[in-house]
Amino acid sequence: MDFIFTKKARLIFAAFMLIGIVAMVMGYANDHSAHHNRFWANIFVNGFFFFAISLGALFFLALQYATEASYMVALKRVIEGISQYIFIGSAILIVFFLAGTLHWHHIYHWMDPEVYDINSEHYDKIIAGKAAYLNQPFFWIRTLVYLGVWTFFARLFRKRSLLEDEIGGTKIHFKNMTYAAIFLVFFAFTSSTASWDWIMSIDTHWFSTLFGWYVFSGMWVSFLIVFVLLSIWLKNKGYLPNVNKSHIHDAGKWMFAISFLWTYLWFSQFMLIWYSNIPEEVTYYITRIEHYKWLFFGMFFVNFLFPMVILMARDAKRQIGYLIVVGVIIFIGHWLDVYMMIMPGSLGHHWHIGFMEIGMFIGFLGLFLYTVFNAFTKAPLTVKNHPFLDESNHLSI
Amino acid sequence: MTEEKTIYATYDDDHVLLEGAKELVAKGVHIRDVFSPFPIHGLDPVIGIKQTRLAICAFLYGLVGLTLALSGMYYFMIVDWPMNIGGKPNDFFYQNIPAFVPISFEFTVLLAAHGMALTYFIRNWTLPGIKPRNPYPETTDDKFVMELHPSDSHMTAEELTEHLNKTGTIRIEER
Repeated sequence: MDFIFTKKARLIFAAFMLIGIVAMVMGYANDHSAHHNRFWANIFVNGFFFFAISLGALFFLALQYATEASYMVALKRVIEGISQYIFIGSAILIVFFLAGTLHWHHIYHWMDPEVYDINSEHYDKIIAGKAAYLNQPFFWIRTLVYLGVWTFFARLFRKRSLLEDEIGGTKIHFKNMTYAAIFLVFFAFTSSTASWDWIMSIDTHWFSTLFGWYVFSGMWVSFLIVFVLLSIWLKNKGYLPNVNKSHIHDAGKWMFAISFLWTYLWFSQFMLIWYSNIPEEVTYYITRIEHYKWLFFGMFFVNFLFPMVILMARDAKRQIGYLIVVGVIIFIGHWLDVYMMIMPGSLGHHWHIGFMEIGMFIGFLGLFLYTVFNAFTKAPLTVKNHPFLDESNHLSI
Repeated sequence: MTEEKTIYATYDDDHVLLEGAKELVAKGVHIRDVFSPFPIHGLDPVIGIKQTRLAICAFLYGLVGLTLALSGMYYFMIVDWPMNIGGKPNDFFYQNIPAFVPISFEFTVLLAAHGMALTYFIRNWTLPGIKPRNPYPETTDDKFVMELHPSDSHMTAEELTEHLNKTGTIRIEER
């Protein structure tokens, strides 16, 4: 059945985006932080959070292809639709990095050439020691390669999926497996290095080998939340006639499991640094605990305890009410997680959650949903000729 | 009164058994149990088997493990013999919680998993060395057997056999 993007939904999302634009303009005008860092940090928090959701969708789609999984085939178009935000998301990230290169903001401390200059009073020995990796030309090459290859695969998978609807057969399916495997290997490296380049380099002196996995698990679970919520919504609207309770249950299991993966990685990173107490590592957490204590630990416990306590039982994962409540709460929780990655390094203790933060979150949410819904209208919401479609339709757990 | 015979109906396909069980239940037949080499999806609600309470056991074992681990570490590391490890504060329990988390987690999982496995074996009476109560050893390989007692469904053995014959069974035996 074809998805109808109703006028009402369009208006709501347009209103969201309008709120976002108002928040951006007012925020920029009232932003008294140095180099408008607060404004740009907000662009990055939201830009990265929603970009990461679509990247998580792309990864999850590739995982389905590479493992030849059948259970999510009935929901494949929902995953694809979410992954289609990656083009706009990449563009927003490029604008943000470009603003850094042009010194419109000062979130990337290492982009200032003076820190590498031994004669300057701003010379920073530690950053200068990282110059072989952390320099602007190489940063731009890496960024463009990541974004280029990811968007290439997003296009490729989408195109092949639409082609499969027309011609059918198993040829596309088997070839998808190869492409997905190539993507997954590339993604395994680049998801780590991208999070080092884009996020870890905000706290330039600090490093953590676990950081890439932590960011990756965050993007995976954020995607799964959106996936579960959108699937439930579409099913209730009657767009997914072949999706039964077992599909929702499986998706809920993913959300439950990856919440634990995220918790595990967050805690592993925290505990090792807390325990060894090495000054160059521990500063990262000292900033967060001193200035963001309630937000920092509160975010962690919400993202851990809500899925664990509420979604543990089998029946809870089969009842959409529980999934919606937990999903909405930890969706905000994971937005705060991205906020906690970016804000302390950009603003230190001058942080706020005010109209600018909330308004821009709503604005980006509107843009994201508008793009995703628009992608839903471009193709039927149920795939036609996938070899495992029939198996997926009869899923029963 | 002579002791009632038990009827065993053997199938060679799980799907045939599931469909047969649905037909039988619709006719008011009560199926006592099914022996199968693997879990048959959707069979439990058809033959009226209640959901397992093993999960409740697992939760209780986990709770015991968590309590043991936390109280043990509290006693060893805070009360009895506080040690200075990397200059970490050790006057109060809460100051050391991050270090205690991995052990608490492992101990919870250890007790929950072992308790669950042992409970399962004892409840099914399949501990090593115990003679199996399985009527047909081939149900651990490629056959599926339904166990029925005529009195459960208030029928004679003949009526029951007649119903069973329509369900694609490959053998009916009385023991």
